Amino acid sequence: MPNAERRVDRMSAAMREAYRELAVVAAVVVAIGGAAALLLLAMGFPIAGGLTALWTGSFGSWYVFTSASLVRAVPLMLTGAAVALAFRGGVLNIGGEGQLLVGAAAAAAVALAMPSATVTVPLVIAAALLAAALGGALWASVAAYLRARYGVLEVISTIMLNFVALHLVSYLVRGPLQEPTHVYPQSATIVDALHLPRLPGAGRLHSGFVVALTVAVAAGWMLRRTAAGFRLVAAGENPAAATSAGGIDVRVTTARVFLLSGALAGLAGGVEVLGVTFALYENISPGYGYTAIAVALLARLDPWRVVATAVLFGALEAGAGAMQRDAGVPSTLVSVIEAALILAVVATQSFRSRRQRPDVGEHVQPVDA
Amino acid sequence: MTEPSGGDERIALVLQGIDKRYGATQALRSASLRVRAGTVHALLGENGAGKSTLMRIAYGMERPDAGAIAVHGAKVRLNSPANAIALGIGMVHQHFTLVPVMTVAENVALGGHGMLDLSRTISELHELSARTGFSLDPEVQVERLSVAAQQRVEIAKALMRRARLLVLDEPTAVLPPSESTELLRWLRSFADQGNAVVLITHKLGEALSIADDVTVLRRGRTVLVVAGKDATAAALTDAMLGAASAGEQVGKTPATDRVESRASSRIPVFRAEQATLADTSGMVRVRDASFVIGAGEIVGVAGVEGGGQRELLRALAGRLPVVTGVLERPDMVGFVPEDRHRDAVLLDRPLVENVALRGAGTRRGLIEWNTIGARTESLMRTFDVRAPGPRAPIRTLSGGNQQKLVLARELDADDMTSTAAIVVENPTRGLDVRATAEVHARLRAARDAGAAVVLYSSDIDEVLLLASRVLVVYAGTVREAPIDRDVVGRLMLGAETHAER
Repeated sequence: MPNAERRVDRMSAAMREAYRELAVVAAVVVAIGGAAALLLLAMGFPIAGGLTALWTGSFGSWYVFTSASLVRAVPLMLTGAAVALAFRGGVLNIGGEGQLLVGAAAAAAVALAMPSATVTVPLVIAAALLAAALGGALWASVAAYLRARYGVLEVISTIMLNFVALHLVSYLVRGPLQEPTHVYPQSATIVDALHLPRLPGAGRLHSGFVVALTVAVAAGWMLRRTAAGFRLVAAGENPAAATSAGGIDVRVTTARVFLLSGALAGLAGGVEVLGVTFALYENISPGYGYTAIAVALLARLDPWRVVATAVLFGALEAGAGAMQRDAGVPSTLVSVIEAALILAVVATQSFRSRRQRPDVGEHVQPVDA
Repeated sequence: MTEPSGGDERIALVLQGIDKRYGATQALRSASLRVRAGTVHALLGENGAGKSTLMRIAYGMERPDAGAIAVHGAKVRLNSPANAIALGIGMVHQHFTLVPVMTVAENVALGGHGMLDLSRTISELHELSARTGFSLDPEVQVERLSVAAQQRVEIAKALMRRARLLVLDEPTAVLPPSESTELLRWLRSFADQGNAVVLITHKLGEALSIADDVTVLRRGRTVLVVAGKDATAAALTDAMLGAASAGEQVGKTPATDRVESRASSRIPVFRAEQATLADTSGMVRVRDASFVIGAGEIVGVAGVEGGGQRELLRALAGRLPVVTGVLERPDMVGFVPEDRHRDAVLLDRPLVENVALRGAGTRRGLIEWNTIGARTESLMRTFDVRAPGPRAPIRTLSGGNQQKLVLARELDADDMTSTAAIVVENPTRGLDVRATAEVHARLRAARDAGAAVVLYSSDIDEVLLLASRVLVVYAGTVREAPIDRDVVGRLMLGAETHAER
């Protein structure tokens, strides 16, 4: 009897979960299609032409999908996982962009400083990526310290640090890291041997994709299965109860997730430098660290779902480029679509949670039935 | 006792025949209060006697179901605090309503209307200080002030709105003794200028030392009105507690149910020696407490708000360090805090995760969710927790079922050992009758299984019902009392008793 009950309980829970997913996916599809069509109409572009360009530029062929969409999905996956972890742990890290830039600078510095002939290549790549993660963590640690020590809101401090990071990169590519001719504001090109190897049969998609996939899966696994991950969730959900009932040191937990989040965002920068740009310059990121917030929110802060939403956003950004190129539609249209997406998903979610919440106050409790 | 509200201007406030019901609770039954201008009026009563409700009605925060209100001789209807303020009534709540980052003057100006003229507010505050002997720097930030000074800001807010009747809810509960004396002295001089003060308190000494008149409420009724000079501690205590000294018995549990035994004969689980405890802000709340709590007994803790029991419970539960002295306790002590939504559960997380929360701080490596899931199901069965399933968010449960799950988790019923210990704070607050009875049964079962149970309840009858002896906390001192409503009640109010020692 209890067994049967349990199975029914589990099944209905699974069904409910499935409905939930379905509702979100439906919202996403309707939002993308609807918003794109409406915007194209409003802006006076042919709807069919625009949508076709959006499609062919993102999912149109295997080559386009891997070389354009998935390549863009890599940094989004890493920063998305970074944001998801931070938000789950109660840290509103808006500084993914700055952490990514510092990570990129660190990776470039290491890759340029080490002559590839002296040490084995994989070690240099590993060192560069490690430097990227450490750089991101270091950048996040400023905000983490300000929050722990002085209660400075990380929403403010991290966003400010984004600008500082941008100026730091700007200084580096005109100063210490500038290419030898001192003409262009960018670093020298990293030697071919240190580029992340491409994945066979996947166009320009590099092995950073594997790194990002591994990190996202590991992050989700940490949240679900490890004691540290559970502490993170508990501290983010209710710091008072985590402290009192769980004996969790919330300050330590919070600081750790902050650093971890910074490290992942920094790693995104390193992967981008070694896999795509092969040099450091100012516009190395088209705002991946900001888009990551949308990626994470759409994934409902689950790193596993981030894999899917990062691919979706990577495809949207790739499609936007194609739309601009082939149909003359400004790529900002896609930014509007992304915003509409977030709104649609947030709306479905708040609708769900409002229906879930029992309206029964503590003091007018009906007799337990 | 009192005349129906007449047109007498010398009566600052009359509340007559006030009824107020909250759901199933009749908070006030034809309660009355008559405050003369130029006097300090003490309003006494136990926790839940209706003092605060009555004064919230006087301040327009609640509307009475029945009854009449007159202010300075004129019959009024109070629909909101704004009405009350316009009539010259000011209230100082126990929990201050100040904006910490703003200055004193800015906080005072917050309640004003029209144009903001800070320099005028500042000069008015200086003038107020000079006139009333009230030391306040208008330009200092509120968060940098002591609690006593913040309280003065609250009073200043009321005075700047020309309050002639000040209601203070337990004003000395948050103050150190020297500051309390200072405040009472100031209230006296304020009243002497023809104003009126209502002092809500449960400290007898305070009422006897300062009040011109005393009104005592018990279970929503006005049971005694007496002039301060005619009042005695004994008479006030009797009025507050009911005629317990005249032979009223608790009578809910037969005496045979209680295993009468001395603590020394049990295995000690908690032992305090000269323990001094401070709250999180560093203010000493319990001084030199010494006691032993043994295995297999329920020890009650009683005390009025702010008496130090909150800190005592948290220290026993290992959630607050000892300042000086010794407090021996088991490593793992179960703790059921009164505000479970804030301190005990992750509302939007499943039951399983809420069970896993205990001990999460020291767990290493992987979490065996299957094991914890099975444990959750067994706890749900043992404690009869009604829930859609172990994976349902705990938010979807009724308050009683949430509390049963917390209790089950904290009692760790699976591996109950002889040194098991649990501290519970208002464990049945907000629960219905049946859930309350179930929680009581669980606590008794834990005791019978050999656990040391420490129970605090602001409902003294609940303590008397379950405990075999009581630690009474009054103004930082901890004294032991037998199961005797009269003795416990007197100690809670700070009165000496014959039965002491």
